[in-house]
Order: sequence, then C-alpha cells, then structure tokens
Amino acid sequence: MNILVCISNVPDTTSKINFKDENKSFDSNGVQFIINPNDEFGLTRAIWLQQKSGAKVTVVTVGDVSCEPILRKCLAIGADQAIRIDVVPEDGYFVASQLAALYKSIPYDLIITGRESIDYNGGMVGGILATLLDLPYIANCIQMELEGNVAILQREIDGGKETLSGSLPMVLGAQKGLVEESDLIIPNMRGIMQARQKPLEVLSPLHGENASKVNIFEKPPAKGPVKLVDAGDIDTLIELLQNEAKVL
Amino acid sequence: MSIVVFIESQNEVIKKSGLEVASYGRAVADLTGDSLVAVVFNLKNTGILNSYGVDKIYSVNTSSNTFFNVDQYSSTLANVVEKEGANIIIVSASADGRYLGPILATKVEAAYMSNVVALPSSFAPLIVKRSCFTNKAFNETESKKPKTVLSLSSNAFGVYEKASSSKIIEETFSEANSTLKVTSVDKVMDKVTIADADIVISGGRGLKGPENWYLIEDLAEVLGAATACSKPVSDMGWRPHSEHVGQTGKPVATNLYFAIGISGAIQHLAGINSSKIKVVINNDPEAPFFKAADYGIVGDAFEVVPKLTEKLKALQQ
Repeated sequence: MNILVCISNVPDTTSKINFKDENKSFDSNGVQFIINPNDEFGLTRAIWLQQKSGAKVTVVTVGDVSCEPILRKCLAIGADQAIRIDVVPEDGYFVASQLAALYKSIPYDLIITGRESIDYNGGMVGGILATLLDLPYIANCIQMELEGNVAILQREIDGGKETLSGSLPMVLGAQKGLVEESDLIIPNMRGIMQARQKPLEVLSPLHGENASKVNIFEKPPAKGPVKLVDAGDIDTLIELLQNEAKVL
Repeated sequence: MSIVVFIESQNEVIKKSGLEVASYGRAVADLTGDSLVAVVFNLKNTGILNSYGVDKIYSVNTSSNTFFNVDQYSSTLANVVEKEGANIIIVSASADGRYLGPILATKVEAAYMSNVVALPSSFAPLIVKRSCFTNKAFNETESKKPKTVLSLSSNAFGVYEKASSSKIIEETFSEANSTLKVTSVDKVMDKVTIADADIVISGGRGLKGPENWYLIEDLAEVLGAATACSKPVSDMGWRPHSEHVGQTGKPVATNLYFAIGISGAIQHLAGINSSKIKVVINNDPEAPFFKAADYGIVGDAFEVVPKLTEKLKALQQ
C-alpha cells in the first residue's frame, strides 16, 4: 500500500504575524517554521499504517528549498521518502494541480492532506485535488479504519460527527482526532540519523495556473484596553454587556 | 445573470449561517444588478426566503437519502450554476459548506475563496477581503477565473431582511457516481452549535476538572449559548474535540465570547479573534487573555460564574 501525505510548511503557532514589501508579502524574518499541525496528525496516522501493515509513506510539499527542514523532520518521524516540487505556490488550486500531476505519474492508494493550513487557511487543497482526480474526499476526518480496500471514516460536523464508508483510493482531510496530540511522534536520534540517508527527490513543477492571487495583507486594528469589573459587582458587567456592548 | 447561494436548513429551519449567506447574496446581487437564486435541499417551507430578497428558489428533494452527501450536493449545485450561468456562488462556513465549496468550485471551474469577511471591493476582477493566519491577519484576494465560489465567514456580514417574491423551481437531485456512503450521523440536536451561536461560553483548565462543567453549561443554558473549551481541556479528554477552539480547533466568530478559566494562549486568542465582544473571567490578573478581552473580571470562576448565571436567570423572569 502506498500513502502520499501532503505537507505544508507553516509558521509556528506561536508566531507573531508581520508583512513586508508594503504589506504585499509575509515577513518570515525570525519566524520558526513547522509541519502544518493538521498535516502532522495525518502523517502520524500514515506511520501507524506503515508500522501495522508495511505501507510505504511518501511525503510531498510544493515549495522552495526552505521547506526541506520540515521534510527531513517528516523522514525522521518515519516517512520512507520525500518529494519536493520546486516552486513557490501562489494559491491552493496551483498546489492541488501539481499534486494531481504527481498522482498521475505515481498512483497512491491513499492521499492525506491536512484539513487546512494554519497560514492561509484556504481549506481547499484536499477537495480540489480529489475532484481533479475524480476520487472521493472526506474533510475534517477524525477517524479512519481500513478493511482491505474499504475505509470506515468519521467526519466532524457541526454539533457532532458522521460515519462514512468508501473505497480506496481516496483523499482525506486530516485534523486532530484522527490521532491525538499525545500520539504525535517526536523524532529520536536514530530517526534523525536515518532521515539523512532517506531519499528526498526534487521535481520540477509542471506548468500550471493559479485560480486566485493575494494582492495585499493587513493586520487587525489594535485593540483598546480591557474594562475591568470588580468580582463582587456582577450587575455592572451585565449592565455594560446590555447597554454599552449591546450583546445581551 | 444570477448569484447562486446554497442555503442550509435542518428540520424545516434555515440555519443562521444560511440567512447570512442569503443576506450577503442579496447585497452582492444589488451591487451587480443580478438576480439572487437560492438552492435548498429538503425544505418544504421555502416561504421564509421571501423575507431575505431571494428571486428564485431551486428546491431539491433528495427523497429517501436524507444524509448530506458532498458528491451529490455539489453535482446538483453545479447543475444549477450551469443553468443559471452564475459567476458568483456563495456557501456558508459550516462544516458542510467548507467541505462542499472547493469540490463545487473545481466542478464548475471556479476559483474558491474561504473565510470571506466583507462584500467584494471590485467585481472585474472579483476581489474580496478574507481572514488568514487564523484571524491574526486579513488579505485582499483576487479571482483569476470567470467564476468564483465564496465561503462566507460566520457572523461576518449579518442578517438583513428584504421582501421579495420568489419563483420556485423543483430541481432533480443529482445521483452523482459516489463511492462515499454516509452510514450514520451522531449529532446533538437540542443544543445550539458553535457555528450558529450568537453567544459562546468557553471553559479552560481553571475549571479544574470535567465534573465542574456544570458552571459552563448552566450559564450557556440561561443565555441560549453554545459551549466550547480550550485545547488542554480537549487534549485531556474533559470535553469532546468538537468543542476545542483555537488554531488547530474551531474558529469562533460570535457576538459574545465568555472565556472562563482560560489563560489565553496565542493559538486560542487567534481562534476567537473575530468574535465581537470578549469577556474574560480568571483569577490570574496576569493572564494574557486580559490583553485581548473587552471586559474582564479578576476573580474565582467558582464564585463569579454561579452569581452571573443566577442574576441573568433573574433578569429573564
């Protein structure tokens, strides 16, 4: 069984977000990059399948050489090989079309993407990729069990969850729940050493086009100071929420 | 031409996010001079859409198949988009809306834009403001395709009534070739969800254990609010994942957000940034949440919250 896990290189969740070039691009100065958390939940689930049934796990990212440290980390976590498609993408459609081209040259049984990346929050790569390939897609996937070619899955919905079944190949949008936070694998020394020997292949991008383009960024306006109310004076809080904020 | 909106309902009631999508669609149609076309599934009482400026309704009956199926719903919507020659299609930011949006966009060769927070600033090309970096920033995104599917953020635009008289068309449900089958749905039916709530009451580690969640639930009940929690609380299994608010959990864009016993990690604050009014109750005056909140009480949640619940209950009587 061949599994492809799609990885996005994103700013650490604690990063302060700044922009440069007159707010036209993200300022990565001083920012630590990590594996997109939703992708890491998916990667961990894939490694479990590798450990249980010998599945081969390939990680892929679309990006320039600055993405290689996180691909090496994926290899240290346990992925068998890595692919980097050497182009800086401008939108999710472009990423999905590059991944679709890869699938057409190497078919996989299961493709895992994160539910969304925590930088641009597009939440689209999995759904577009699946549709381009005419494969089923399950968003917000919080559980997956395989019985041969059939997957039993759970999707988080507003106010609960639904259970689905479908047959491979398919595309999953992973999120927390597919594995728990405590299940995430911290690479050990042996993993880190082995990762250096594992193949990291760099592919040229295929010609593709964007469906959209970000013109400019802005930060939310600075917030005023908090109004503190004495713990013994609940009436004042209620009065403020009713008459000043007008939300009660 | 037309603007097509996907309106979600449950048990004959249109979701609040559905009314937001209709209101936003009406405002877009007024700017472009197009007509507003709604697509509804398994909704008999379509009359209410006459209060939200809808000009035409495609009413789809999925017969025995009542579970949401993304392939069938997106194919049905794609058929309507083709028939109407629509170039702007609007869905909500519900779990189903976000699921369906990119798939529908690909089927009709449209661009897809999520987290839309304002009306387009331009129509040729289409440019909209969207939130990004989990609400730590916004951007202006330009569509490069003739058609665009927009997913409207919850509570970003509001609900506006406008009288209209809509023509109803029965539309056949597309039995798309899908290997996906929904076998069961496990959903709390009697509680408002985080996505549809005007008020959200959220609890953190400061509540000391799951047995103390009555504090959150009692206050939520009085206010008709949804309940939520911080990441450590969901990681420890005190509360289900579906309640986890933050960067790797759910975004919350509500009118009023109560953070009780939550210190305010940057990932949590990002998740609630689009909420309009934030109230924090915490016994630690140094908690970072006080810097992000509009109102705050430095105090013991176990004393403050029951008092607040009692007083609000008394006000309602």
